This record gives sequence, C-alpha cells and structure tokens, in this order.
Amino acid sequence: MSGHDHGENGVNRRKVLECMTWAGTGVLWTVTGGVPRSLGIIDSAQAATAVTPGMTFLQISDSHVGFDKPANPNALGTLEEAVGKINAMPTKPAFMIHTGDITHLSKAAEFDNADRIISQSKLDVHYVPGEHDFLDEEVKFYRERYGRGSKGQGWYSFDAGGVHFIGLVNVVDLKAGGLGNLGAEQLAWLEDDLRGKSKSTPIVLFAHIPLWTVYPEWGWGTEDGGRALEQVKGFGSVTVLNGHIHQVMQKVEGNVTFHTARSTAFPQPAPGAASSPGPMKVEDAKLRSMLGVASINFKQNEQRLAIIDTPLQG
Amino acid sequence: MKILNRRDFSVDFGLSLAAAILLPATTARADDMEVHIDNFVFQPAELKIKAGTTVTWTNRDDIPHTVVSAGKFRSKTLDTDDKFSFTFTNAGDYKYFCSLHPHMTGMIKVE
Repeated sequence: MSGHDHGENGVNRRKVLECMTWAGTGVLWTVTGGVPRSLGIIDSAQAATAVTPGMTFLQISDSHVGFDKPANPNALGTLEEAVGKINAMPTKPAFMIHTGDITHLSKAAEFDNADRIISQSKLDVHYVPGEHDFLDEEVKFYRERYGRGSKGQGWYSFDAGGVHFIGLVNVVDLKAGGLGNLGAEQLAWLEDDLRGKSKSTPIVLFAHIPLWTVYPEWGWGTEDGGRALEQVKGFGSVTVLNGHIHQVMQKVEGNVTFHTARSTAFPQPAPGAASSPGPMKVEDAKLRSMLGVASINFKQNEQRLAIIDTPLQG
Repeated sequence: MKILNRRDFSVDFGLSLAAAILLPATTARADDMEVHIDNFVFQPAELKIKAGTTVTWTNRDDIPHTVVSAGKFRSKTLDTDDKFSFTFTNAGDYKYFCSLHPHMTGMIKVE
C-alpha cells in the first residue's frame, strides 16, 4: 500500500464523513497515513441530508446493567439513553455488536433488563461476553441467552455487507499475573474460519478485552492476542473493535485499525492516570460526555472502515 | 464478629473472669488475618501466617473481584464489601489471584 493510496483514502473518507448525518453531535475520527485524528465536533447544523452510503453498523459496549455505585447510580438509565441515541440516527444501522459486560454481576434480572432496553433498538445484536457476564455460579445465563450457534466458550463468525465478522471470547480461563486469553482451541478455530477466505475480504474482529496491549499494568491487553492478529495480517482491511477500558482509544498498524468504544455505564481513567482502573467518578454534568456508542461505516473499495464515536451528550 | 462475641461473653462472666479468658483469647485472635482489596490490589500482597490461621478477604472496590488459588481455594464473586474466608491448615506457599483481573496477585505463606 503506497503513500499515495493513503492520501486518496483520506480524501474519500472526508467526503464520506461530510455526508454523514447525526441528530446529536459526534466526534469524527479519520485515519490518514496511520495517524488517527479527530475532525472535531460537528453539530446538526453542519450535517448534510444525504444518507450515509455503504453499510453502517453500531458498536455498544460495557453496559454494566446492575451497576449503581457513585460513578453512575443508574447504568440502566444511561443504556436507555444510548439506545434512544441509536434510534434517532438518520441512517438506520444494519445491526449492532455488543462487546461485552452487558451486566455487572451476571444476575438473571440484569440480563433481562439489558435485553428489555437493547431490544428497543429493534436491531439484530451480536454479542461477545465480558468477564462480568460469566459470574453466575453455573455460568449459564449468558450462554442460554446469547451462546446459541456459537463454538467453544461463545465464539462465532458471520458475514454482512461483504465484511467477515468474527466474535472472539478472551475473558475465560485467565491465568494469574496474565492478561485476556483466547486459548489454543479458539485460535485453531480462527485459523479454520479464515481458511480459503479471499485476502480482499474486509475483516472485523471483535472481543471484550483489547486484543492489542493497551496497558498491561491494568490487565488491558490479551496474552495471545498477537497470535490472532498474525492470522489476519495478510488481509487488506482489518478492523479490531473492543470494549473493557471504557474510553475511546485508537491506533493503526499497517492494514489493521484498532479501536475501543466508550461504555454506556461509567468512565474509567486513562492508563496510569489513577491508582486503579476502577470506575471514575466525574461531575454529573460531565458524565454523559464520557459515555456513548460507536458507529462504523464500511464502503466497498475503501480500505479502512470509518469509525465515529458518539457520546451521549456534548 | 468474633471480637463482639468474646466481649459479650466476658461481660456476662464479670471482670476478673474476663481477664482470665481474654488472655488466651487475644492470642487466638491474633491468628485471624485480614486482606483488603483496594484499588485492584490485595493488601497486604504477601502475608506470613501460622497453620490453622483463618484469612478473610474483603472487597472494598466498586468492582467485583474473586480470590482464587488454583486447586486450593476459590471464592464466589465478591461484590463491594463482600467477604471470603479460608482456614489454612497445611504449611506451604499459596499463590492466589483475581480470576476477573488476573494482574491482581497475592501470596499467603503458611509456616
């Protein structure tokens, strides 16, 4: 991929972004020459009336239904606001992915409440579990609800709009002193799943804990994530979408774009910015600017998917 | 809990008796140890105890944690202020960790 192509991509993407319409405000991210940069906050006055071309899907993450601590006493309420935000989007997303920590403590009522709110989006939702979704004694509530048709601990793949989506599980069988974990069985399945796929097929990998090493001191990374990334290296377009760290982070390495989404429940501090990665209490007026969802747009012949992070407010 | 029970007991039996009872009781009580979970850290991270000691972990974070020592003991998920106790009857080094946040590790050395 040449520098010239990078430049052309940037122009194309900017055009795409200019066409996007949003009811509220959103921070637009574009990636040119490997450096992600914000295009700033747009408001509805700047938004054009054209409908976004290509396929758009939504990422929602870390809803932590049941969480009621000072950082956000009503996590169910902010999830409902996020779904309201999604329903107000002028371009109806094709579907949604949820990158885990649906619930806070894996209680049946928490799963029921999450489902009641998320189903108001009337979108198909593809889930992967977070460590907070496997806390019930028999580890059955998540699997009963979302594990159907999946392999192993809940991994699976599907195709949509010409993109191959792969949902991975990296929150099981974690080793003392280590990070997130995919395991040999899942990596073998992944190799099998990718076998015979054309290298021009855009790939989206999604999992709860970042598959890249964000901050190992807080466990923000996946022990054998590099082995999964090795398997998709040859593909022309790879997008890795994660949650877990409750903040937006993005980087680009070659053909691979890494991105983490905000939580809809509570923010967490930037790596090393606090004594622990625990829930961060911010002023009430600021909370909704630190919660939100991500919208991902794919256009044929565009190497990189355009990702837009939309906070609940601001 | 134990401290309260002993105090009730000694009040019932009068002061002089209480002194006699409290002396051995103090020694026994010193055997019960506590580990707090604060800011995703086990404190103290390493504890030296005698065999027969009961250790109680208390989660003081806003996030659930677990206390797991492979093949030795495993707590349920501890929500905020939940406790887990384990009595160490055999000498040895017991490494443990939080199975949700595996970068959290601790050690109990039993003599």
